[in-house]
Amino acid sequence: MADFISGFWNMYVMVLVALSILFCVFVLVSNMTKREKGPVELHGHVWDETLAEYNNPLPRWWMYLFWITIFFGIAYLAIYPGFGNFNQGRGQWAQYEAEMKAGEERFGPVFAKYREMDVMAVAADPEAVAMGQRMFLTYCQQCHGAAAQGAKSFPNLTDSEWLWGGAPENIKETITNGRNGVMTPFGQVLGADGVKDVANYVRSMNGLAHDSVRAQRGKEAFATNCVACHGADAKGNPMLGAPNLTDNNWLYGSSEATIIETVTHGRNNKMPAFGDFLGEDKVHILTAYVLSLSKK
Amino acid sequence: MAQSKHEKIERNVFLMIVFTLLTVSVGGLVEIVPLFFQHSTTTPIDHKGNKLDVKPYDPVRLVGRDIYVREGCYNCHSQMIRPFRAETERYGHYSVAGEYVYDHPFQWGSKRTGPDLARVGGRYSDEWQRVHLLNPRDVVPESNMPAFPWLDRPVKADDIQDKMRALNKVGLHKYSDEEIAAAPAALEGKTELDAVVAYLQGLGTAISHFR
Ligand code: HEC
Ligand code: HEC
Ligand code: HEC
Repeated sequence: MADFISGFWNMYVMVLVALSILFCVFVLVSNMTKREKGPVELHGHVWDETLAEYNNPLPRWWMYLFWITIFFGIAYLAIYPGFGNFNQGRGQWAQYEAEMKAGEERFGPVFAKYREMDVMAVAADPEAVAMGQRMFLTYCQQCHGAAAQGAKSFPNLTDSEWLWGGAPENIKETITNGRNGVMTPFGQVLGADGVKDVANYVRSMNGLAHDSVRAQRGKEAFATNCVACHGADAKGNPMLGAPNLTDNNWLYGSSEATIIETVTHGRNNKMPAFGDFLGEDKVHILTAYVLSLSKK
Repeated sequence: MAQSKHEKIERNVFLMIVFTLLTVSVGGLVEIVPLFFQHSTTTPIDHKGNKLDVKPYDPVRLVGRDIYVREGCYNCHSQMIRPFRAETERYGHYSVAGEYVYDHPFQWGSKRTGPDLARVGGRYSDEWQRVHLLNPRDVVPESNMPAFPWLDRPVKADDIQDKMRALNKVGLHKYSDEEIAAAPAALEGKTELDAVVAYLQGLGTAISHFR
């Protein structure tokens, strides 16, 4: 606030504020009349021929209220910012810093305790898991669901199937730096028919109903086009976030149409990075929370 | 006594108006007018004087912003993170005046049926934003935000140049002639959904999320 483009504005505020307060005092003092003994004086002006007004002083309590507001105003300006650049250091930023410091003193030791502990140990600690759940419901449930059950394109975090690996350091890496699962489109390369073949092959690997002639042709196409990412046995590759295609566990869905859509247009799926925003301590506890879900 | 002065004001409508205006304007003169003469409220800097990377909205975001206003998103979403621990823990760094110098009019809002959006930029993926706008319940089953399925249509691009020229007149914007000339091309092939998502993804990114 203390950054007026010229000193004039500082003076301007101070002078106007001081003048207004003085003016209030003046109005108050100049209207302080005592009630004289005897009949009440009339105000002097007459409306509509006969309508006159008594000149009674303001009730005492009312006068006092006015004085109180004036003293309150002065006291406020003495303690808080408002009088030009005076007291600038005591504004909302300073209050915020104080609040953050109090928060740090209260919660710092809790985070410190878990920071020292191994993630798996944190995952077994009910208090930490409860903290993790509250954070998850604030920062993560919009995509992964309130129970971390996932949704189409957002992975379920409660199963033990992982796109990017389920070791504590993998999960921590996922939360800290985010992930980007990219599958290139194959619509052009394989043609509509080829895509349908390979989709049937993928279904066959999961024990789902399929056309066996197509699946046979698809197997060859898979070997040339897909193993680079999904692996020779189609069990996936956590380095690329390529899912296991044999476990009947789906990110997008098992229907032929959905698989055809994935293969034809490819996928570009983003998990945002949370490291900068949340800081290491919270990521640590969130990692533990995610692990506690899949351990069950 | 003092009564005759009293009468003078009461009987003279003109005097009455002048004194009334004077009285009610003091608050504004002291509290509002000086704000137009501060660096932190008129230039892209934070409250400590550090420069912020805030730029006038590019044409796509500008259109997105207008759709945000048109659809009344501000009725449920504020764009103002107050300096309280409870807010910065949830939303990120508190908002500062310099971030809004090109917001004309600003979208601070005052009601939070949904979360504050001041730093929603980058928090979710484009895809999430898309799905969420078309039908929030597809990603957040508990959501009571309305669906905006009609946003999946081409943007209206014929008035973008006028908008930019108008902003040059009323705001702190300085769109160059080249920028204005290039604007319609930038909107080519964009849907309203693209525009809103681009707008949302740019919100609050001038200050890092971290407190
Ligand atoms: C914008 C939506 C979004 C938000 C918010 C989000 N995630 Fe994710 N998350 C994803 C997507 C999408 C993936 C899958 C990425 C991929 O396809 O490669 C993912 C993947 C993950 C994975 C890896 C899953 C695996 O199978 O390897 C973990 C762990 C995870 N998220 C945890 C979290 C946590 C913890 C939070 C909260 C701090 C969070 N996510 C917030 C969208 C999100
Ligand atoms: C560039 C590496 C890459 C190649 C090549 C690739 N994929 Fe993928 N595939 C991925 C990734 C990464 C994902 C996960 C996408 C995501 O995270 O959203 C994926 C996802 C899928 C899925 C969705 C699985 C589900 O759970 O819904 C199917 C089906 C699939 N791939 C099939 C194929 C087929 C068939 C081929 C060959 C034609 C192929 N992929 C080639 C990387 C690849
Ligand atoms: C009736 C009130 C209402 C209106 C109108 C509304 N929203 Fe929402 N919005 C919500 C609620 C409630 C949530 C939280 C639940 C959810 O994520 O869907 C939300 C969530 C969001 C989020 C996610 C924020 C976060 O941090 O999780 C975004 C982004 C958003 N809305 C954008 C918009 C846009 C853009 C519009 C206008 C086109 C809009 N909203 C209109 C109520 C509303």
